[in-house]
Amino acid sequence: MQVLQLTISGLSQGCIYGLIALGFVLIYKATETVNFAQGELMMLGAFAGLAATTWLGLPYWAGVVLSVLALAAFGLVVERLVLRPILGQPAFAIVMVTIGVGYVARGLVTMVPGVGTETYTYPAPFKDEVFKAGGLVIGAEHLVVIGTTVVLCAIMFAAFRYTRIGVAMQAASQNQLAAYYMGIPVRRLNGLIWGISAAVAAVAGVLLAPITFVHANMGFIGLKAFPAAVVGGFGSLPGAIVGGLLIGVVESLSGFYLPEGFKDIAAYVVVLAMLIGKPNGLFGETMRKKV
Amino acid sequence: MRYIFKTDYDQDIRLFKHGGQKFWYGVLGIVLAAAPWLFSEYQLAQLSLIAIYGIVGLGLMVLTGFTGLVSIGHAAFLGVGAYAEAILAARGWPFPVSFAVAVALSAITGVVVGLPALRVRGIYLAIATLAFGFILEEIITRWESLTGGNSGLAVAQPAAFGWKLETAPQFYYLCTLLAIVATLAVLNLLRTPTGRAFVAIRDSEISAQSMGISLAAYKTLSFAISAGLTGLAGALYAHKLRFLSPDQFTVLQSVELLMMVFVGGIGSIHGAFLGAAFLIALPQAISALAPHLPASLGSATGLQPTVFGLILIGFILFEPMGMFGWWFKARTYLQLFPFYRRGMFRRQKSFQKSDRLR
Amino acid sequence: MSVPLLEIRDLSVQFGGVRAVSRISFDVQPGEVFTLIGPNGAGKTTVFNLISRIYRPTSGTIRFAGRDVLDLQPHCIAALGIARTFQNIELFEQATVLQNLLIGQHTHRCTTLLDEILFLPAARAAERAFRERVERVVDLLDLQHYRDSHVAGLPYGVRKVVELGRALAVGPKLLLLDEPSSGLNVEETDDMAFWIQDIQRDLGVTVLMVEHDMSLVSRVSDRVLAMNQGEVLAQGTPDEVRAHPAVIEAYLGTPGVHA
Repeated sequence: MQVLQLTISGLSQGCIYGLIALGFVLIYKATETVNFAQGELMMLGAFAGLAATTWLGLPYWAGVVLSVLALAAFGLVVERLVLRPILGQPAFAIVMVTIGVGYVARGLVTMVPGVGTETYTYPAPFKDEVFKAGGLVIGAEHLVVIGTTVVLCAIMFAAFRYTRIGVAMQAASQNQLAAYYMGIPVRRLNGLIWGISAAVAAVAGVLLAPITFVHANMGFIGLKAFPAAVVGGFGSLPGAIVGGLLIGVVESLSGFYLPEGFKDIAAYVVVLAMLIGKPNGLFGETMRKKV
Repeated sequence: MRYIFKTDYDQDIRLFKHGGQKFWYGVLGIVLAAAPWLFSEYQLAQLSLIAIYGIVGLGLMVLTGFTGLVSIGHAAFLGVGAYAEAILAARGWPFPVSFAVAVALSAITGVVVGLPALRVRGIYLAIATLAFGFILEEIITRWESLTGGNSGLAVAQPAAFGWKLETAPQFYYLCTLLAIVATLAVLNLLRTPTGRAFVAIRDSEISAQSMGISLAAYKTLSFAISAGLTGLAGALYAHKLRFLSPDQFTVLQSVELLMMVFVGGIGSIHGAFLGAAFLIALPQAISALAPHLPASLGSATGLQPTVFGLILIGFILFEPMGMFGWWFKARTYLQLFPFYRRGMFRRQKSFQKSDRLR
Repeated sequence: MSVPLLEIRDLSVQFGGVRAVSRISFDVQPGEVFTLIGPNGAGKTTVFNLISRIYRPTSGTIRFAGRDVLDLQPHCIAALGIARTFQNIELFEQATVLQNLLIGQHTHRCTTLLDEILFLPAARAAERAFRERVERVVDLLDLQHYRDSHVAGLPYGVRKVVELGRALAVGPKLLLLDEPSSGLNVEETDDMAFWIQDIQRDLGVTVLMVEHDMSLVSRVSDRVLAMNQGEVLAQGTPDEVRAHPAVIEAYLGTPGVHA
C-alpha cells in the first residue's frame, strides 16, 4: 500500500518533469536546439499566473489562460530577438544563448523590487481536495497534473505526426537548407514552436505552483527534466513523458527506501544507467551518418 | 604591415612566430614577475584568482573547445582537486606531492566521467556530465567523515618540508607559475599529434578513425587531461578560499565555468584567461556600477545573473569568437595596416547542420 | 602472379532485408589501379566501408597483405597502410589544410604523451619530419597556395584535392579513392588523372577506386570490376568490361537507345 501511495505521488511529480521535458523535446524536434531556459520559462509561467490571480484578482482559469498566452508571446519574442539572428551557428552556441536567456529571466524576476526574493503560495480551487480510494489518499492537484500531461502529450504527438506543420518542423530540424528550398518558412515555424513550447512551460508552471511554491529559483527543477528527456530519448514526445514518470517514481521510492541523499540524485543515476544500457533512450532513434 | 618570410619549418613549429610576439609576451612576463611591487595586496589576490580560473578555463578548453565534448559538470573536478588537497594538507603532506595526488585523482575521476563519451555524443554526453556533476556533489556532501559535509572543511596554507607559503606574493607566484606551466603544456599538446587528434575528433569522428586515431583512447585522454588541469586549479582554489563547502562546487558553478570559457573565446588559449579575467571582474564592475543605479536596482541580488546573461547573449549575437575575437581582430588590423578590410571577418550566412548526423 | 595486396572473398553484408553487397570476390595486385564501377546503390562505397571496418560484413573475408582485417578496429586500418577518401568529403573543417595533412601522418607518431607535453627534442624532430613528408604531398598536389587556409572557406575542387592529399599523407600502401572526380570540371579531372598515374608510378601506391567517369576509368585503370545491386557483373580490363553485354545493359547503355 505504501508502495502504491509512493508510486502515485511519484507519477504526479514525474508528470511535472515530463511536461518540462515535453517542452525541451518540442523545441529539439523542430529546431535541434536544446533549450536550457525551459525551467525558467516554467517559473515565469507560474509568476504570470500568480500575478493574474493574486494581484489582478482574476479567477483561476483566467489566470491559467493569461499565463499561457503571456508565455507564448514571450517565447515568440525570445525566438525573434535572440535566436533568429544566430540561426545557422553551431549547436553549442545556441545552447549557450538559451543558458543566457535563463540567467536573464531569473535575474530580472529576482530584481523586481519587493516581489522577486519572496516565496508565494498559488491559490488553486482544487488545492485541498483529496480523493480516497481503497486506503490511498490522492490529492486532487496530483490528478489534475497527470490528466493534463496525458492530454497535452497526445495532442502534441498527433500534431507532429499528422499535420503538415509538424512534418515540416521535423524536416527543418534535419536539413535546414533543404527545408528552405522546399519552401518551408523555417523562421516562422521556429517562432511557432518556441511559442508552443513556452506555453507548455506555462502550463507546467501553473500546475507545479500549488504543489511547491512560487519563487524565482523554481526553474532549477528544469535540471531534473533533462534526465527525463534523455531517458525517454531526445526527440520522442511520448518518451519525454515516460522518462519523466520513470524518474518521478524512482525518486519517490528511493526517498523512502534508500538512505538520505539518494532521492536527490535518483534522476541522475537513472539517466546514467540508461545511457549505459540503451544510449539513445527508450524511444530514441539511432541515426548514423552515411559516408 | 607585418610580413613573415618563411624559410624554415621551425618557424611554424615554434610557439613565438615572430619577434614582436616575443617582445610583448616578454613585457607581460616582466609585469607578472614585478606584480607584487606594482599592485596592492587585494589586486594580487585577484590576479591569483584569475590564474586559478584560467587553469580551469584551459582544462575546459581542451575538452570542449578542442575535442568538442561539452561538459556541464566541470565544477565537480574542481571539487575533487580542492577536497583532495585540503584533506592531504591537513595530514601534513608537502604541497608538491599533494598537488600531484590531487591532479591524479581528478584525472581518474575524469576518466570515469568520460566513459559515457565512448558510447554517446552531443546532448546525451552533456547530460551525462551533468549527472556526474550532481552525483559527485552529493558524494562530497554525504561523505562527512572525509569532507566534513555541509559543515565545511578548513584548509591550511600550502606547506612543504617546513617551508610555508604564508604571504600573498608567495601564493601569487605559485599560482602564476602553475598557470604558465599549464599554458605551455596545452600549447605543446596542440602542436603535436595528440592535440591534432583532439581537433580531428571534434570535426569528424569517422575520418579521424580512418586516419588511425582511436576515438576511445583520445576521448578518454582528453577527459583525463581536462580533469587533471581542473583538479590542479582546485588544489590552488582550496588554499585560496581557506574554507571549503560543497555548495561551492554545484552544477551552477559548472554552467558559469562554461559561460566563462565561451565569453573568453572558445577554441583559443587566450580565451581561457580572458574569460577568467571577465568572471573575476564582473562582480566588481557591477558593484562599482551600483551607486549610479536607482537604489532598488543596484542592490538587488538579481543584478549579477541578469548582467552575466545579457553579456553572454550579446557575445553570441555579435561576437561569437568572444573576447579573443576582439583581440584577434585588433591584432589583425595592426598587422595588416593599412590593408585591413571591414568585411574580412564577416560571417557567411550558414545553415544549421543536423548534429544527429555528424 | 604475385601475392595480391588485397583479397576479397565472398564478401556480403546485409542491412535489415537489403543485401547491399552479395558474394563479392576480387583481388587487387600490388602496384595496379583497380576500379569499381556500377550504378548508384550498387554497393561500391559499401565495399570501401567494409574494408575500412566502418561496417561489419555478414560473411566473407578481407585479407590485406595476407592478413585478415576483420578482427581489427576501424582505427587500426590506417596503421596497416590503407588510406581512403570519402565520397562526400569528410575534412576537418575548422582546421587549416596543413593541419588536415599533418593529421594524416598520425599513424607515424613515435613520441609519448610526456614527450609531447614537454616538447622534448624528440617531439620537435618528429614534427619536422611530419612537416617534411607532408610538404612532399603539398608539392605533388600544388597546394602551396592553400597551406594556411581554413578548409571551411575553400572551393569544392580544392577540398577534393585536400581530401586526396590527406589520404596520401598517411603514407599508404593501398589508397581507396571514392569518386575522385565527382564534382570536378574537365580540367580538374585531367589533373586528377595525372595525379593518379603519378601516385601509381612514382609513389608505388596501389589504388582501388570507385568512379563514374568512364573516360577517367579507361585512362588510368589497369583492371575494372562492374557491380550492380551488390553483385559482380563483370571483371577484366577496361575495354573488356565496357564491351560486356551485362554491363552495357545495367549501367553504360548504348548510344541512341532510350529505354
